[in-house]
Amino acid sequence: MRHLVSTRLWHWINLIAIVILFMSGLNISNAHPYLYWGNWGFSPDQAWLAVPRFPGWMTIPDFYSLAKARDWHLLMALPFAFGLLFIWIAMLWNGHFRRDLVTRKHEWRWRAIKSDIVQHLRFDFRHEGGKYNFLQKLAYGGVFGVLLPGMILTGLAISPGMEATLWWLVDILGGRQSARSIHFLFAWAIFGFFILHVALVLLTGPIGQLRAMTLGGDYEPANPPFARPRHDKGDAA
Amino acid sequence: MSILMKRRSVLLGSGALMLGACSKVHDSTAGQSLFGVVDDWHKGLQRSLTARNALAPEFAPEDISPFFRGNGSTDPQNDGYPQHVAEGFANWRFTVGGLVERPLSFTLNQIMRLPQRTQITRHDCVEGWSAIGQWTGPQLSTFLDLAKVKEAANYIVFRCADDYTQGRYYESIDMVDALHPQTIIAHRLNGEPLPVRNGAPLRARVERQLGYKHAKYLTGVEAVASLDDIGLGKGGYWEDHGGYQWYAGM
Repeated sequence: MRHLVSTRLWHWINLIAIVILFMSGLNISNAHPYLYWGNWGFSPDQAWLAVPRFPGWMTIPDFYSLAKARDWHLLMALPFAFGLLFIWIAMLWNGHFRRDLVTRKHEWRWRAIKSDIVQHLRFDFRHEGGKYNFLQKLAYGGVFGVLLPGMILTGLAISPGMEATLWWLVDILGGRQSARSIHFLFAWAIFGFFILHVALVLLTGPIGQLRAMTLGGDYEPANPPFARPRHDKGDAA
Repeated sequence: MSILMKRRSVLLGSGALMLGACSKVHDSTAGQSLFGVVDDWHKGLQRSLTARNALAPEFAPEDISPFFRGNGSTDPQNDGYPQHVAEGFANWRFTVGGLVERPLSFTLNQIMRLPQRTQITRHDCVEGWSAIGQWTGPQLSTFLDLAKVKEAANYIVFRCADDYTQGRYYESIDMVDALHPQTIIAHRLNGEPLPVRNGAPLRARVERQLGYKHAKYLTGVEAVASLDDIGLGKGGYWEDHGGYQWYAGM
């Protein structure tokens, strides 16, 4: 297994973009920490969620500044959005999507899913055959297909300059304040993926993983020392 | 344990380094011009994807929010403003000047006799909240036509009556937004004379941009070729003193 150069390049640019987008986004949230559904909402009694105030160490800049946070957010929105467009075109073009990310029919059987879950719970990350197992494909599918494009679409939907053109998108999302709420929820879902992703890299030989994602070359994920793989299937141990 | 601790301090250290670097980059001259360029790019992208006169969505009367929040100045006390409130704005004047063939001055009664546009639109504050209201007033383009704005004009500056800590409020838009059919000089909100908290007696509506562009307490508009000599040169009070983006379409 190896990562293509398009994957490696996008991966690191996208990492920088989403870290800065997330942290500047938390600063922007502090400006009006209430979320609403529908088209309007302006006071706490209308909010479905009163968002906690995010402390300086979680935000960019590390003090409250809506103007500066917006500068960073708008700057990084561009590499994020055009980067996603680039990697989608690259994935479809070079076969990464069809070869590694599309699930097969047999993977959707409950027995197969259950065995995948059990294997994960035993910290056994060896793959049989394909580059990614079913749970990985599901996670990457959710991120590439829903969360990342969802951030861009909801971001466009809360921009008044785009609404003259994208009014239908704002309608589909349930109004501007709904789009803003979804933007916030998806941001935290991506954060959740980020934590899981980093944890799994740390468990499966982080040096090798980082080298493979930076320099390329072949690699196999390694099991952590406390893994308890089942020996009744797969290659003989 | 010690390896984990080391890794954690390296992570924290590089995080702190990045945050420190962010502040340095942001405040450098190169950083400032970079963010200015980014604002221009967003404007360029939005404009290239949007027809010049494409309208912001307009809503039905039942969509109007029960209250229209006021933000920023909500009760100016400077100069003669309280006096104007007491007089019911009988002596208020709205001037059209700068790069025009015929400088003009209007009373509120004269403004109300001009052709009017009524629109129910959503107001989006840069902080994140939104409210929907019905606005009535002449299109800005009507004033610019009457005063015969010159070819050399590239921007329209909104002149206001309210003082903030660092000076008088002002804002500016380019001719694309100035001539847009929904850009009006509103004197009514939800069928009533504009309340003081929302900018009585006149405020701008620039429906495809965020709230701080919709200048309140208008005393006039001025057509200019460049924003360099207005205020600190960034095109608005919050642009000059708060570092906010001049183009506020996102």
